[in-house]
Amino acid sequence: MIELNDVTVSYPVPTGRQVVLTDINLAMESGQTCALIGPSGCGKSTLLKLLAGIINEYQGTVMIDGHSVAPIRQRIGFIPQNYGLLPWRTVQENILLAARIKQGKQNLDMAAFRKLVDELGLAGLEKRFPGELSGGQQQRVALARAFLLQPDLLLMDEPFSALDAMTREDMQQVFLSVWREHTVSAVLVTHQVEEAVYLGRKIIIMSPFPGTIRKIIDNPLFGLENRERHPDFFEFCVFLRQMIQKDWAK
Amino acid sequence: MKKKNNTRWYVYGIILVICLWQVWAMALHRPIIPAPWQVAGNFVQIFVPKLSVHVLYSVWRLVAGLSLAIAAGIPLGLCMGYFSQWDKVLAPVIYLIYPIPKVALLPVFMVLFGLGEESKILMIFFIVVFQVTVAVRDGVKEIPQETYYSLYSLGASKIAVFREILIPASLPKILTSLRVAMATAVSVLFFTETFGTQYGMGYFIMDAWMRVNYPEMYSGILALSITGLLLFGLIDYAETRLCRWL
Repeated sequence: MIELNDVTVSYPVPTGRQVVLTDINLAMESGQTCALIGPSGCGKSTLLKLLAGIINEYQGTVMIDGHSVAPIRQRIGFIPQNYGLLPWRTVQENILLAARIKQGKQNLDMAAFRKLVDELGLAGLEKRFPGELSGGQQQRVALARAFLLQPDLLLMDEPFSALDAMTREDMQQVFLSVWREHTVSAVLVTHQVEEAVYLGRKIIIMSPFPGTIRKIIDNPLFGLENRERHPDFFEFCVFLRQMIQKDWAK
Repeated sequence: MKKKNNTRWYVYGIILVICLWQVWAMALHRPIIPAPWQVAGNFVQIFVPKLSVHVLYSVWRLVAGLSLAIAAGIPLGLCMGYFSQWDKVLAPVIYLIYPIPKVALLPVFMVLFGLGEESKILMIFFIVVFQVTVAVRDGVKEIPQETYYSLYSLGASKIAVFREILIPASLPKILTSLRVAMATAVSVLFFTETFGTQYGMGYFIMDAWMRVNYPEMYSGILALSITGLLLFGLIDYAETRLCRWL
């Protein structure tokens, strides 16, 4: 269970404090996915960093499974926009990095590593460096690293936005299938309505200046296969988009 | 493939330098510019019996000075790059001392540390350490914030951050700064070796000059040049081994 109560985040500027996020209240059950959608500047990346324990200055409470967020205690898989791979480590070292830091070199589950490498189609690339991979492959490495960690919470900041359209759809499917196998709580930030509807069991709509949550929607069409042939899918996307446009126009 | 090409270009470079030298020697036709083959012959003749001990002394001073500079400069640069407080306090100090031509301080070093090895090694250390420190610090500052996020979100210790991010990220910068510093270090070494010692290439070259033995003087210069080349090669080699991701 992930719970945020009355969270406000601000940072100091020369004229006082700039509020980035305010009045954030959110509850998310374990093992769910949740898509954050909003225009740029609405603080969705900030919200993600808050959950990742990267931002430590805030008001209110952020709880993961009953404990306030602390990266040292919880297992948090965080995939930043640029995937956060270390250029100087091979694919294998990058995938093992999170688990290694969390549980030590001796306790690495190499069987799980092999399984993930195969699931994500990374076999044969283990000795390469991230700079030698395509964007889609880097994304797969980042996913493998996050899932190998068996996180309490998986956070992704616009994970598929840098990929071309075809690769993006592939990766969304790959993500869902791996997610179904490992069922972890996942929060992803997106600016794409279709992605939110496909990947978010819950959809959270945010608005900017200062960033706040506008609406939380239970998504009936989550994980719908063959979505391109479903009229419901498009209707729902159009409905959401209109709602969002109306809201952001205010 | 890449390596073979590199070697080939080194050979071209050497041939070009020798040709220019030959032309110059023939044009001037004076003892101060002996022909390359004369120097080569002399070099082969005196290297083992006379020159090698001087080369060893010089290399030892260079390596000792550079090692000290690396040992001090890297941790200092890493801390200055990562902890802004360190930078705030130390940057002004470094900026004040960095531009002073350190050779000007050689008399001070000699009085404080004697005429022997210490003053020479410390002189090289003193020149190189600033370049390494500043390069490492800037290297660390260039690391994008996102690179840290995946480690921070794991609750990684400071030691892990240094080991996984700061040190590998600044390695290429360290090697580049060493390359830049190397040339300065060799010329300063030459200068320091003209005082208070009977060993070292600086001494050998100046001594040969005083004796008006131009072929030997050039052999000394050649040895200095080859030493520099080998040290540069060593740094390049270290880069291909240590920075395989580049």
